[in-house]
Amino acid sequence: MNTTEYITSGNLELYVAGLLSEKENLEVHAMALKHPEVLREIESIETAILELTKTASPGLSQDFLTIRNRLDIRTETKVIELPKEQTNWSTYVGWAASLLLAVGLYWMFTQNQELQTQIEVAQEENEKLEQQIAESNSSLEQSKDLLQTIRDKNIDVITLGGQAVSPSSYAKAYWNKEEKKVFIDAQGLPEPPDGFVYQVWSLKLTPLTPTSIGLLEDFATDENKVFALNNANASEAFGITLEPAGGSKSPNLEQLYTLGAVASS
Amino acid sequence: MKLEELVTQFQNKDVVAFEKLYAMYAENICGAINIIVKDKAIAQEICQDVFVKIWNKSDTYDAAKGRFFTWILNIARNAAIDKVRSKAYKQGKKNLSADYFVGILEAPKDESKDIDSKGLRRLVKSLKAKCIEIIELLYFKGMTQKEAAEELEIPIGTVKTRNRSCISQLRENIKL
Repeated sequence: MNTTEYITSGNLELYVAGLLSEKENLEVHAMALKHPEVLREIESIETAILELTKTASPGLSQDFLTIRNRLDIRTETKVIELPKEQTNWSTYVGWAASLLLAVGLYWMFTQNQELQTQIEVAQEENEKLEQQIAESNSSLEQSKDLLQTIRDKNIDVITLGGQAVSPSSYAKAYWNKEEKKVFIDAQGLPEPPDGFVYQVWSLKLTPLTPTSIGLLEDFATDENKVFALNNANASEAFGITLEPAGGSKSPNLEQLYTLGAVASS
Repeated sequence: MKLEELVTQFQNKDVVAFEKLYAMYAENICGAINIIVKDKAIAQEICQDVFVKIWNKSDTYDAAKGRFFTWILNIARNAAIDKVRSKAYKQGKKNLSADYFVGILEAPKDESKDIDSKGLRRLVKSLKAKCIEIIELLYFKGMTQKEAAEELEIPIGTVKTRNRSCISQLRENIKL
């Protein structure tokens, strides 16, 4: 069957009417794809029916919108990607956060350093205070010892009054004859000049015989200015003279600062 | 845009493509329905339902098995015939005796005033009654060749050749 015979067979009119079998439909479709004149004939037939039906149109009562509203439109296929205009907030926030973190870390680091320093200072202070406490404790011990010593019932207290060289000077001697010890409280003596030292003498009055019982060494640095000396003599008086460093064999009476006699018992 | 592309987009549920197809065929489909139901308001109502149905059934169309217009005409024809066969319709149209589509030309004036009666007259004026009959049966009543042959009491082969010559006549009239 050539195309002219095919066109005039009447099958194409039935094809447009939808009256052919499925097999025949596929055949016409294949022919139309292969032969443009077959397709043109089909389109002409269709146009005739379109024209005919159009003249019978009752008019469209509603526009497409009415129908559209009744359609089950899958909205996801209609979703239009909005252009990504939004500022990239996450980037800004990220940078801001890291900057904040850096500043925060630096601040914490300096705070830490400062605290470390404060701790060190506090520890030093602490050590000092502990030392002071220890010193105070030992000083207190010494004071107690001293107090105990001078309160001993065997103690003789001798007041040494100021002499011509230094009338305002004074001193006290606490003499324990039993233990053969004498404690000199030199609180009332001025600090000796450099190169000089106070020397304590035990005196026998008749005849006047001085015997050195010791030097008040390190006078300036001694806190309580109480000096313990050994005294085995049967002393009748005590005197303190200023002597060149190292002391002298006999007292320089011109530099006699204090003198006191032991009360005869 | 080519019809094939439009149809493919419509089958992919592209509502814009569907709107274009509606613009192309709505008048014709509504006209075909009107020819069958011979009632303007009912035709409009059915026509709307038909286009919703077309949208919902879009995946069932296969271009290899027929023209797109043939497919939607078939849906419209079935919907209109169902209506005509319904009890309510029959009760409302008892007095309407016109069997063939030229009948709508004889409908009361207020019912036919919106249709292009002048155009329709021009198309059918030189068509013989047997042409109007056979076009009606094949295109608007959906009868098979065999059914039409029995209805018209003619040999089955004659249905095809007569239809061919009647459509040719119609095509001539369109050119006028």
